[in-house]
Amino acid sequence: MWFILTVNSITLGGLLFLLSAGFSLIFGLMRIPNLTHGSFFMLGGYLGVTYLNCGMNFWVAALLAALTMAVIGGLVERLLLRPLAGNAMQQVLLTLGLSFIIADLSLTIWTGDPVRVPTPGGLEGTADFLSLHFPIYRLAVVGIAVTIAVGLWLLIDKTRLGAMIRAGVDDAPMARVVGIPVSALFSLVFALGAALAGFAGLIGGPYLSIYPGLDSEMLPLALIVVILGGINSLLGALVGSIIIGFLFNFGQVLFPNLAYMILFLPMLIVLLFRPQGLFGRNA
Amino acid sequence: MTKMLSRRAFLQGSALAGAAISADLSFAPAIAQTGAIRIGLLTIKSGPLAQAGLQVDQGLTAFLKEKASTINGRKVDIIVADTGGTPAGARSKAQELVEREKVDLILGPVTATEMLAISDYIRRARIPIITLGGAEDLTQRHLNPWLIRTCPSSAQTCHPMADFSAKELGFKRMATISDDFAFGHEQVGGFLRVFEDNGGKIVRKLWPPLITPDYTPYIAQIQNVDGVFMGFTGSNPVKFMRAYSELGVKKDIPLVGGWTTGDDALLKSLGDEALGVQTASIYTASLPNDSNKRFVAAVLKDYENLPGAYAAWAYVTLLCLEAALKTTGGDVSDKQVLIDALRGVSLQDSPCGNFHFDKYGNIVGDVFIRRIDRKDGKLVNTIVKTYPNVSQFWTYPEDQFLAQPVYSRDFPPAKNLEN
Amino acid sequence: MTASSFKGLWIALFFVLLATLPLWISDGYYVNIASQILIWAVAAMGLNLIVGYAGLVSLGHAALFAISGYAVGIAMSAGFGHLAAALLGIGISILTAAIFGALSLRSTGIGFLMITLAIGQILWGIAYRWVSLTNGDNGVSISSRPAPFGFNIEDATPFYIFTLMIFALALASTALLVFSPLGAAIRGIRDEPRRMDALGYNVWLTRFSVFVMSGFWTSIAGLLFLYYNGFVSPQVLTVQSSAEILLMVLSGGSATLFGPLVGSTIIVLMKNVASSFVERWSLVLGLIFVLIIIFIPEGIVPGLVSSGRKAVQLYKRRRPPASTGADL
Repeated sequence: MWFILTVNSITLGGLLFLLSAGFSLIFGLMRIPNLTHGSFFMLGGYLGVTYLNCGMNFWVAALLAALTMAVIGGLVERLLLRPLAGNAMQQVLLTLGLSFIIADLSLTIWTGDPVRVPTPGGLEGTADFLSLHFPIYRLAVVGIAVTIAVGLWLLIDKTRLGAMIRAGVDDAPMARVVGIPVSALFSLVFALGAALAGFAGLIGGPYLSIYPGLDSEMLPLALIVVILGGINSLLGALVGSIIIGFLFNFGQVLFPNLAYMILFLPMLIVLLFRPQGLFGRNA
Repeated sequence: MTKMLSRRAFLQGSALAGAAISADLSFAPAIAQTGAIRIGLLTIKSGPLAQAGLQVDQGLTAFLKEKASTINGRKVDIIVADTGGTPAGARSKAQELVEREKVDLILGPVTATEMLAISDYIRRARIPIITLGGAEDLTQRHLNPWLIRTCPSSAQTCHPMADFSAKELGFKRMATISDDFAFGHEQVGGFLRVFEDNGGKIVRKLWPPLITPDYTPYIAQIQNVDGVFMGFTGSNPVKFMRAYSELGVKKDIPLVGGWTTGDDALLKSLGDEALGVQTASIYTASLPNDSNKRFVAAVLKDYENLPGAYAAWAYVTLLCLEAALKTTGGDVSDKQVLIDALRGVSLQDSPCGNFHFDKYGNIVGDVFIRRIDRKDGKLVNTIVKTYPNVSQFWTYPEDQFLAQPVYSRDFPPAKNLEN
Repeated sequence: MTASSFKGLWIALFFVLLATLPLWISDGYYVNIASQILIWAVAAMGLNLIVGYAGLVSLGHAALFAISGYAVGIAMSAGFGHLAAALLGIGISILTAAIFGALSLRSTGIGFLMITLAIGQILWGIAYRWVSLTNGDNGVSISSRPAPFGFNIEDATPFYIFTLMIFALALASTALLVFSPLGAAIRGIRDEPRRMDALGYNVWLTRFSVFVMSGFWTSIAGLLFLYYNGFVSPQVLTVQSSAEILLMVLSGGSATLFGPLVGSTIIVLMKNVASSFVERWSLVLGLIFVLIIIFIPEGIVPGLVSSGRKAVQLYKRRRPPASTGADL
C-alpha cells in the first residue's frame, strides 16, 4: 500500500502542478490574485470535452481548449483587469464576479451531470510492476507536468521574451522607457496562465471528470500549492505540488480524523513560520 | 401581480427543446375549489447541487405535459423557489412560499439538511410538505406530522442491499466507503446492521470528506474483503468508480451501493468502470410496467437522458397528489384533510411500481437490486432481484427500531473492524 | 446649512425611514428580508474594519460569524439560559477573534489572506467533523428567540426593530472608531505602514485591536443569524460564505460607513427576492459585480458620493461664467 501511495503522491502532484502553474505565473509575475483560476480550469475542461465530442483527438482538443482559454483570458486582462492596475481588492471583486458568471453559464450550457472524459488512446490500461497496478495515464500526467515546468522555466529564464517579461515585472516604467511593450506582455502572461488552466482542465478530466463545483474545489488547492511552494518560484510550485501530493495521500491514510484539514493545517503552519512559502524569496 | 407570477411560471423556466406545451398555466388566484392548485417547489437551481433540481424539473414536466397541467379538473401552478442548497436559503424560501405565495402544499426541499432546517417552521405553518430529503428521523424519532416522503429514508434501500450481499452474493467480509456526512452515515449504518445480523462482518469503514479530489488513498486501504459498499452522492460515484476500476481493485473486489451510486441519470456519466456494479433503489428506469414505460419515454424524448430517482419521485409525488385529491373531492383548503389523504395514498401503477405510505409518512415500496450492464452500446440497470414492500424499518419491529438511536457514524457500533 | 449638518440630516432621515419600515412594508416576508439585510450588513461592517480601514483582506470571517452562533446553540442545549448563553458566546467569539488575529497578523497581504482562509477552513472542518459537539452537517438549533428586556421578538416586526437597534449600535461604534485617533492610525498604517512604524506607532497592536473589533461585530451578526433562523450549520462557515461577506464590503465600497449596508442589500435581495424572478440570478449577481468594477470600481457608495459631488458642481456651473475668450 505504501508503494502505491508514493506513486500516487507523485502523480497527484503532477496534476496539481498543472492546475497551479497558471495561477503561479499570474500571481508570481503580475501579483494578481486570480480567483477566476478554478473557473478557467473547469471551463477549459468543459470546452475540451465539447471539442472531443466533435471528433477531435484528445491532445488536439486539449490544445484547442488552452487556446480558447488564452483568448478569453487575454480579453479579460485587457478589458477588465488592466484598468484596475494593482488594486488587489478590486481584482478580487472582479475575479470573484467572473467566477460566478462562468459557473452559472457552464451549468446552463452543460447542465449539472458530471461529464466523463475518456482516457486518450494509447494511454489506457495499467502499468503492472513490482506489485503495483497503476493507470498509465496518471503516470503520463507527471511527464506532461514536468515538460510544462521545464518549458515554462526555459521561457521565463532563458528567452528574450522571458527577459522582457521579467523586466516589466521588476520595473515597469523603466522597461517601457527602453521600449518593452509591458502592457501587451502582461496580457500575454495572463492569457498564458488561463491557457495553462484550461489545458489542465481537460488533462485532469480522466482523473476528476468535469462537474459543477469543480472550480471551487480546485481553487483552494492551487492557492495552497502556490503558497507552500513559494510565490515567485515555478520550481517551488512543482516541488510544492509534489509535497502536497504526499501530504494528501499519506495524511488521509495516517490521520483520517484530520481528513478535512490535512492540507490546510500544514499550510497554516508553514505560513506562520515562513510567510513567503517554502521557496519564495523574502517579499 | 399576474405579471410577476408569469415570470416565475415553471414551464417557461425549464429548457424544453421546442416541445409544444399543451399546458395552459393560467394564473387565477387560488379561490376556493375551482382555482388553481398552488404547489410551492423548494429546489436548487444553481451551484453544485443543481443537478438534483434539474431532475426534479424533468419529473414534474413529464407529469404536467401528460396531464395538461390539470389534476382532477383543477389547474396546477408550480411556484419555483431556488433555495441555493443552503439551510438558510431554504428557510427564507419556505417562508416566501407559505406567507407570500400562499401555496397549498410544498414539494421539496431536495436535501436533508434543508428539510431539517425548515421542519419546525412547517410544523408551525401547518402545511403539507412532500420532501425529497432522506434524513431518517424525519419519519422516525422527530416525526413531523405534516411531512410525507416519496423518496426512501437514507438506509431504506441499504437494508435489502445488505441482505442481498450476505445471502445472494455470499459476502462474508466487507468494507464500507461513503461520503462523510449525515446521509452517508445513515446509509452505512443501515447496511452494517443488516449485514452483520446476517452473519457478515464489516472490517473497515472509510469516510472520505464530501469533497475529495482523489480517492486513491482510500482505495489503497481496501484489501482482503469480499466486497465494498459505497454510499457516495452527487458526482462522487463517478470519480470513485473510475479510480476503483483503474487501480485494478474492481476485478477482485466487487462494488455494491445505495441508490445514489447507480442512479439511472448518472449512467451516462459512467463507462466500463461501472459494469457489474449492483445497487439498490426504489426506482429503476428498467421497471417494465406501463406507467414507467410512458414516463421513461417522455423524459428520453425531451431530455435525451434516462430519468433518475429525483425525476421519478417528483412525478410520483404528483401522482400521489392526484390520488389524494380524488379522496378529498378536489379540495385542498383543509390542510389536515389533505395531509391525511396524501398519507392514505396507495398506488399500483406508478413508475416506482406499487407503494403506499406507512403511518410515519414514509414511502413503503419495492426495492430493486439492479446491476449495471451494457445493452446496445449504452449502460442500463438490469433488475436482478425485487424486494417487495420494503419499509424504513426493514424486518425489524418498529418499537425496537425506534428505541435505538438513529444511525450515525458510530451507530450501530462496528465491532469487527480490523486494522 | 453646513455640509456636515446636511449630511447629518440625511442620516437622521435615513434612520427614520428604516425604523418605520414595518409601517410602509406591511408584508411580514419583506420585513424579514430587511432583517436579513441588516444582519449581514453588521457582519460586513465588521469585516470592513479589517478590509477597508486596515487594508487586510480576510477570507475567514465566516468562521467568526458562525462561532458565536455555535457557542450559543451548544450552550443552550447544555441548559444555559438565553442571557448566559449569549454572554458566553460573545466571550468565546472575542477569544477566537484574538487568537485568529494573532495568527493571521504574522503576515500581511496575500499571506494574511491565506492564513485567514486556512483557519476558516480548519474551523469549518471541525464544525463538520466533531459531530459529538457540533452535530456535524445537521447543525445546531435553538427553540426560541431571546426576550431582551422582556420584549418578545418572535415576530417579524419586533425582531426587525431589535436588529435595527443592533445595526445602529454597530454603525455608531464604527463611526466612533473611524473618526477617532485609532481610526486615523489604522488608516495611516494601511497606507504607509513603514512610515507609521517610524513615527512610533505600534503597527501590530493597532492592527490586532482592529481585528478583534472586526471579529466582535461579525460574531454579533452571527448571533443575530442564529436567533433569526433558529439554527446554524457548517454551510455558514464555508469559503463561499466568507467570500459573500467580502463581496458585500467590496461592492458597497470598502472603507465607507454605509458601503457594507449597500453591499448586503444587493446580495441579500438578489439571493432572496430576485431569485424568484430570475432563474439565473447567480449569473446576474456576477454581472453586477463586474459592472461595478467597470463603472464604479471604488464601490457603490463612493461612486454615488462622487456622482453626487459632480452633480452639485454641474449645478453650480449652470450660471454662465465670465467670458474668457479661450473658447474662440
